[in-house]
Amino acid sequence: MTIQHYIFLSVALFSIGIIGVLTRRNLIIIFMCVELMLNSVNLLLVAFSKMHHLAATAADAASKAGTDGQLFVFFIMVVAAAEVSVGLAIIVMMYRNTHSVDVNFLNRLKH
Amino acid sequence: MSITQLLFWFLTALALGSALMVIFSKNPVHSILWLITTFFAISGHYILLNAQFLAIVNIIVYAGAIMVLFLFVVMLMNLNASATPLKKKWLRFAGVISGGCLLLVLTAALKDTDIMRQELMMKTGDIGLIHNLGTVLFKEYVLPFEISSVLFLSAMVGAVVIGKKE
Repeated sequence: MTIQHYIFLSVALFSIGIIGVLTRRNLIIIFMCVELMLNSVNLLLVAFSKMHHLAATAADAASKAGTDGQLFVFFIMVVAAAEVSVGLAIIVMMYRNTHSVDVNFLNRLKH
Repeated sequence: MSITQLLFWFLTALALGSALMVIFSKNPVHSILWLITTFFAISGHYILLNAQFLAIVNIIVYAGAIMVLFLFVVMLMNLNASATPLKKKWLRFAGVISGGCLLLVLTAALKDTDIMRQELMMKTGDIGLIHNLGTVLFKEYVLPFEISSVLFLSAMVGAVVIGKKE
């Protein structure tokens, strides 16, 4: 497998996430599409880390190059988990006030 | 076609198909279940790249914890019974067109770059194993690791303060 397979897969997943954010009105589904975009970036980071590792081991067999990319994915997952907990709390609070998760009701800042 | 390629194409089709089902299914509970399928396909890709630690963490954290939290919130609000509102038809069409344009532009821009033919290390290599990742995490990245605990604490406090009834 070459890197282009993974790049095109990640770009396709990211675009599907963008389409979901733009076309859906349900706040929870929009949030899930953001998670999908984060995951496509994670996949691409792992693929690039393995590509870099293969290039580095050609020069030095004991090289550990590429570890940083996988740790980045780990930290992205940490931030995503924190983001989800706060975001879902905001959705629950909004549902308590408006009895709906429709984003079209959230236009009070416009007026 | 080798078994690795076969698995790659199977997991790619699974990930893209279930990602499309996430945004096109009407019921939010079905969307969540399809998103869990997508995460399992992405974990399969991680295993194919021998990033075993990330594959397990992806299943535990995303498919296990985060998606259960989503499912919990959806069931708490009883959204599964009611039909979800849809945007106006031309607005949905415009959304699909603009997302497709992004896909087209990125694909066309990346298609002819030099790096695209570079091979990946599939199935072998020990940088994705927990021994190597743990050593680097607790030696070079120990400060970000500790700061992330502060982030979790503040997220927890924030969630409680936001969710509390006043």
